[in-house]
Amino acid sequence: MLEINNLKCRIGDTEILRGLSLTVNAGEVHAIMGPNGSGKSTLALVIAGHEDYVVTGGDVTYNGKNLLDLDPEERAREGIFLGFQYPVEIPGVSNASLLKAAVNAKRKHQGLGEVDAFEFLKLAREKMAALNMDPKFLNRGVNEGFSGGEKKRNEILQMAMLEPSLAILDETDSGLDIDALKVVAKGINALRAPDRAIVLVTHYQRLLDYVEPDFVHVLSEGRIVRSGDKTLALELEDKGYDWVREAASA
Amino acid sequence: MTSQNIESFVNQRYQHGFVTDIATESLPPGLDEGVVRAISARKDEPEFMLEWRLQAYRQWLDMKEPKWPHLHYKPVKFDEISYYAAPKSDADRPKSLDEVDPKLLETYEKLGIPLHERAKLAGVAVDAVFDSVSVATTFKEKLFEVGVIFCSFSEAVREHPELIRKYLGSVVPRRDNFYAALNSAVFSDGSFVYIPKGVRCPMELSTYFRINAANTGQFERTLIIADEGSHVSYLEGCTAPMRDENQLHAAVVELIALKDAEIKYSTVQNWYPGDENGVGGIFNFVTKRGDCRGDNSKISWTQVETGSAITWKYPSCLLRGDNSVGAFYSVAVVNNMQQADTGTKMIHIGKNTRSTIVSKGISAGRAQNTYRGLVKVMPQAHGARNHTQCDSLLIGKQCGAHTFPYMEIKNSSAKIEHEATTSKISADQLFYCRQRGLSEEDAVNMIVNGFCREVFKELPMEFAVEAQALLNVSLEGAIG
Repeated sequence: MLEINNLKCRIGDTEILRGLSLTVNAGEVHAIMGPNGSGKSTLALVIAGHEDYVVTGGDVTYNGKNLLDLDPEERAREGIFLGFQYPVEIPGVSNASLLKAAVNAKRKHQGLGEVDAFEFLKLAREKMAALNMDPKFLNRGVNEGFSGGEKKRNEILQMAMLEPSLAILDETDSGLDIDALKVVAKGINALRAPDRAIVLVTHYQRLLDYVEPDFVHVLSEGRIVRSGDKTLALELEDKGYDWVREAASA
Repeated sequence: MTSQNIESFVNQRYQHGFVTDIATESLPPGLDEGVVRAISARKDEPEFMLEWRLQAYRQWLDMKEPKWPHLHYKPVKFDEISYYAAPKSDADRPKSLDEVDPKLLETYEKLGIPLHERAKLAGVAVDAVFDSVSVATTFKEKLFEVGVIFCSFSEAVREHPELIRKYLGSVVPRRDNFYAALNSAVFSDGSFVYIPKGVRCPMELSTYFRINAANTGQFERTLIIADEGSHVSYLEGCTAPMRDENQLHAAVVELIALKDAEIKYSTVQNWYPGDENGVGGIFNFVTKRGDCRGDNSKISWTQVETGSAITWKYPSCLLRGDNSVGAFYSVAVVNNMQQADTGTKMIHIGKNTRSTIVSKGISAGRAQNTYRGLVKVMPQAHGARNHTQCDSLLIGKQCGAHTFPYMEIKNSSAKIEHEATTSKISADQLFYCRQRGLSEEDAVNMIVNGFCREVFKELPMEFAVEAQALLNVSLEGAIG
């Protein structure tokens, strides 16, 4: 599904990704771990098409297409979803209107008719019930005055509504208390499917206790320095990132 | 998305830029007592009206244009303007829409205002002002049944001179300001509304204004009187065809709410704003004022201002009656080289008077947007309350937002609150929306509409939809 080959990119004059390669197939859950500044969030943003990041080398194919040729909205409509580390507030724009516009943008792209308000509300209420979210949420401004946990849950709701083929969740677990973490994990697990891939960008092992990854990759200085199965995450938790850094430079 | 990209998103041709080819019967350019007399004579006005105009004209001669607004433009050459234009059919005015010049109707069609259908479907009575003379008034009979008078100003002068004598100039005196004095001397036409005691007007009253004759100043005059315990909602909307010369527009609107009466006045203003280099466009100098004359009366102004090269406009409320309530909800959008200096005045005179101000300014391109507001509490106005919220949204790096809030509080029991914010559409917000599959343009529209939501919800439903669409058109190309 996603093939990243020797990807290099910079923001301003700072090189961040320095030859990163990664293959993600449908049905898989990958966890990307690594210390602060290793390039985890950059990877997520580059896949989503953030224009501040300039790709200087390598290529990225998504379902056979050159992903780097596509605008961010085209990538989204093709099924790429990014759960943001810091979801922005959009005052006055209701959650419902953003969600409905998003769902319909994708449906239009797929050649499907737009959902009407009634269908939309029905669907949204279903998904929200599964995430223990108050339906009133829909009428609030997008992330406006939300707590950290509410923002993250809102990202999961958007993901559930959009049913992406490739979901990248950037530190979705950070700032969550244990109950919220369980709800979010439940939301992610509900989306596991043979035709869908999930990439979890995370700092800690904690989330992986609830969402079991098929693969774990460790990022350091813009490269994947180690890959393994879920036991790698436990090893990391135990030994810390210095261990990886030493291994990388050795 | 960089902010530089954001700047180039603003280049869209004015959609209503066409000119209807109807011969107009204009007066030669220039202004003197003869012109004032000629206007009055053409309208068969009674002597008192002519006298009133002439006094206004003489007062105007002594007055100076205000220099305090945060606006920069070439001086208006008042002697090069023609002060009256009327469609050819003036002498023989149509009695129904069937008799209206088909070209006029076509113009409405182009504007998306199919008058007859629209009026029927929406249950809106439309007093359409084309250039300076009303050409069609609908639903008159239905209104007549409940005693509501809704007609052109000229007709009111002839048919209801007692009401005109009593109320005209009682809110905006002739010499209130330079433009009001000019309007008082040469006003062409406009709307007149009288809601009798205890009547709730059975439909929204709506007037579409339109400037069409080249180089002709348009001087609308509107007077709305809500008698005791009555209620009326009035909608004013305008579009204008594309022109290269600057066109002067100086309207006066007076609202009078007697005891327990309520007037809700909504405007969508879309005069031609000029091109991207600031050539052409309407100069819009408007005096709008409501007088809450009776106790417990209420006046609210809601405006969506997207057009005009220059906007100078402060819909205000005189809160004279005890417990009277004034409100001002405004969205002002400026793009390219447009300049707006707009806001409100809330003058608290009666006891326990309340006022609310919500102003949303949006600036894009190289445009300048100024909010100017006055909250004044007189010494006798015990228990006055005001809440002002004044937000500015900037799109791109070359535009400006300015806020001049004035407060004169002479009673210590007053409670006055002022909140202000300035924000930009951030690249992060745009990226977030795009990552959810929205195009950049849809994202901007959504963010802008969200910013304006508090004001839009004050508009009547169908008007709110129009306003939103208009906003999207005005900002098309603002980011790219």
